[in-house]
Amino acid sequence: MSIRFGLVESSVAVLPFTQPALWVALGLPCLLGVLGAWLRPQRTWPILLAGLPLAASGIVLLMIVEQHGLQRWQLEWGKLTVQLRLNGLSVLLLLLTQGLGLVAALYTPGELRHADPAQRRLERWLWPLLGILVGSLSLIWVAADLLTLYVALELMGLSAVGMLLLPGKVESLVAGIRYLLLALVGSLSYLLGVALILGHWGRLDLAGLVQVVEAGPVAWTAAALLGAGLALKAALFPLHAWLAPVHGNAWVPVSALHAALVIKASLFILLQLWSVLIPDSLFAAQLVAWLGVIAIFWGGGLAWRAVELKSLVAYSTVAQMGYLMVVFPLLLGPGIPASVQGLAWQGFWLYLVGHALAKAAMFLAAGNLILATGNTTLQGLTGASRQLPLSLLAFGVASVSLIGLPPSAGFTAKWLLLRAMVIQAQWAWVAALLLGTLLSAAYVFRVFRYSFVETAPHYAFRALPPWLDGLALGLALASLLLGLFAYGPLTLLQGSR
Amino acid sequence: MNAAWLPPLALSTSLVAAVVIFALPESAWRWRTGVNLGAALVKLTLVVLLGYRVVEGHYDTLRFPVVEGIDFVLRADALGMMFAGLSSLLWLCTTLYAIGYLENSPNRKRFFGFFSLCVGSTLGIAMAGNLFTFLIFFEMLTLSTYPLVVHRGTPKALDAGRVYLRYTLSGGTVLLLGVVLLYSLTSEHSFASEGGLETFLPDHRGLLLLIFALLVGGLAVKAAMVPLHGWLPRAMVAPAPVSALLHAVAVVKAGAFGILRVVYDVFGIELSVELGVTTVLAVAATVTILYGSLRALAQEELKPRLAFSTISQVSYIVLGVSLFGPFGTIAALTHLLHQGLMKVTLFFCAGNYAEELGIHRIDELDGAGRRMPLTSLAFTVGALGMIGLPPVAGFITKWYLGMGAIQAGMPWVIAVLVAVSMLNALYFLPILYRLWFRLGPAHGHGAWPEERRLGRLETSAWLLWPMVATALLSLGAGLFAAMPFSPLGWATAVALGEYLP
Repeated sequence: MSIRFGLVESSVAVLPFTQPALWVALGLPCLLGVLGAWLRPQRTWPILLAGLPLAASGIVLLMIVEQHGLQRWQLEWGKLTVQLRLNGLSVLLLLLTQGLGLVAALYTPGELRHADPAQRRLERWLWPLLGILVGSLSLIWVAADLLTLYVALELMGLSAVGMLLLPGKVESLVAGIRYLLLALVGSLSYLLGVALILGHWGRLDLAGLVQVVEAGPVAWTAAALLGAGLALKAALFPLHAWLAPVHGNAWVPVSALHAALVIKASLFILLQLWSVLIPDSLFAAQLVAWLGVIAIFWGGGLAWRAVELKSLVAYSTVAQMGYLMVVFPLLLGPGIPASVQGLAWQGFWLYLVGHALAKAAMFLAAGNLILATGNTTLQGLTGASRQLPLSLLAFGVASVSLIGLPPSAGFTAKWLLLRAMVIQAQWAWVAALLLGTLLSAAYVFRVFRYSFVETAPHYAFRALPPWLDGLALGLALASLLLGLFAYGPLTLLQGSR
Repeated sequence: MNAAWLPPLALSTSLVAAVVIFALPESAWRWRTGVNLGAALVKLTLVVLLGYRVVEGHYDTLRFPVVEGIDFVLRADALGMMFAGLSSLLWLCTTLYAIGYLENSPNRKRFFGFFSLCVGSTLGIAMAGNLFTFLIFFEMLTLSTYPLVVHRGTPKALDAGRVYLRYTLSGGTVLLLGVVLLYSLTSEHSFASEGGLETFLPDHRGLLLLIFALLVGGLAVKAAMVPLHGWLPRAMVAPAPVSALLHAVAVVKAGAFGILRVVYDVFGIELSVELGVTTVLAVAATVTILYGSLRALAQEELKPRLAFSTISQVSYIVLGVSLFGPFGTIAALTHLLHQGLMKVTLFFCAGNYAEELGIHRIDELDGAGRRMPLTSLAFTVGALGMIGLPPVAGFITKWYLGMGAIQAGMPWVIAVLVAVSMLNALYFLPILYRLWFRLGPAHGHGAWPEERRLGRLETSAWLLWPMVATALLSLGAGLFAAMPFSPLGWATAVALGEYLP
């Protein structure tokens, strides 16, 4: 498993263009953020223009990885050593982060223009925080030692908390502070795990740890500590209770980025560390999977009963993370055939990427609906299909991927996962996956049931600029078409072996 | 020579039409009509071209990998082109009809957008080259039909939509499981693969049975086989063009077509007989045919009676599939087309009665033949065809079903056919009697429920001519059945290809 993450000890000569491109990818977001705080862009085209070099750096890195495979760096400052690696998976997630970050930035002026002036006092700080968030996420995808990972994780968590606090409402302050406290508890647990590893094996680079770690109480304890901390940050069931209030009260692009990437970064680190520490553990992976099964139904049930549109979307995240948790025993454990592991590996990341795109699209679409109707509940959507067809269409296309209907990325990923489960004869998980699909259809279609009501009185809906809907629809379509054209990205993922 | 661009081009006509319609404003009536009709005509031309190339022996195929070992395949073959031809022809008629039917009603943009998507998915189903691709378009069809079912936005329509989704999404999930199991067993297996699954018979008999049950069970929901038919009568609340399309081409036919594909192109008819599943299918189809007819008899409103009649009629296709031998196959394939033509006619008529005269119940039809002669003539053609009287198309089906039953050694099927024809007569002839022989408002007795004068003729021309066209086609398909490119001729060619190597 750790090989799939690109954690191998080798001395590859770094190609000339790689390092500058990497620095641009990691550093430029923060610079642009500072610039944003200074200039406070009100239009979309300067943001788009500023995002271009960032996207270019991502594409250069993609081309390098496609042609030359895994890239590794070792940077030393005195005693401090930073290990970085770039493989197919990291580059894919890096591109995803840059794309979603850009979309969130493009959406922000529209959101702010319609926000309550009392909530806009701190708006200039959104830009640097957004920059730091994108930069630290990018660092997480490429970091290959525990210390760098820790630093990036903290930066990401703190900037996320900061963004959540910005609206300055009482509810968002309460939710944000609670999130901060939980995130600190998570970090503490993570640090304890790191200290244990450093004390016992004396090294923090992951590729080196792969060589020296042996199964035993130390590895188990460290994995438990790291796992608990990261599960808290990733809102894995049953540590998910903080998620819905946080998403319900934040600005739309912030919720979108948070649900799409921030919680998934913790999951990424969790899987990566477990594949180093306990690659053959039976119990831990099984535990996660069974918790995932409960999460699918618990989160789905909560979403089904949700009154507010945003909490429906947030609870659906809890359920969707459940699907990813169910995959754990197909990735970690003794004696898994390589073919099954390959299918599960592809399915896992395709699901994660597809869900990130779809969930971001869904938050943007939900934000559009709420902005236009001025009502945060599902009831407020009554009769909306007549006046807000585009927002609803974006919501619909995103939900196709979320439910896992073809030809979306969610479907193709489920297909891969189902095949892996069938080969392993894990019928309980097959059942959970299929029933969860029906459950998600049930809660998503509640939205449309309200919107198609024709007998409702005509509410005065606010007209939105079309590019707000366009952004949501673009993301949703990306998630839909990714399922059909998944071959390229999947080959990239496999190539990281 | 493989023209790989042709199948996606045919598919994209509907999809592009949908996108353009969504992009046009609600008030752009002329543009929308132009796009709709233009796309329908272009698509019909392309499908005819594809069919012509199939006759010449070119099976145009587009193929690209989606996942390692699984391809997305669009392929034009004889069976698929049959279904594609039906769907594009009826799309044209139904679009014309819908333009007239929905005049001045709200949400037309949404309606026509999803209508195009729905027909696009049907074409995708027709051209799908393996079960994976089939599944993609099958689910797309489910989703694009939902907004059409709930179009009216009344509580009844919304409930019907919910029931529809419950049935079809559950069916789709069962189908997905079946397809995944099949791929795990065989890896890539396209409809064009030589040889069925015989090689797996000795070791995996139970698994093959399970896969067959899952596949056909999932498809039977859309084909509205008893006891999975509950959504269809409820979906009647949709506007008449939607009902016509649902019943004649899109949804129920997608299910029946899927069963055809599974039996003939995935398992192979010999293996299906070997597994003993054809007998089960025959019994299930018989039960559905009888149950649907009996329930139709009990309906007092026109559209529900037609709906239960559909449940009954679609299972003729399944019955034909289950009769081993070329005649059974021919019956199944011709009925796929014939039932579509006749049923669409009947639903157009029902819609016309409702629009022009406000008639929904059967006992309000007294004497309508005098007020709306062309509509009533078309209805008569459709109804006689459903009963199976020559020379309307329905006769051909029943004739070949009977011959197929003898060929397959299941003579009891003939008794069923006789019984069900009696039932058909029992629920259609009283309507014809009322139309032509009872005195009604047209003769000065009472009044129509809600009369509107929609056009210079008996009703608006948009509503009238598509109906006349489909009625003539149903008549023609029966009269000229011996011509080479009639539905029967095409079906015979497909069936011979299936049985003669």
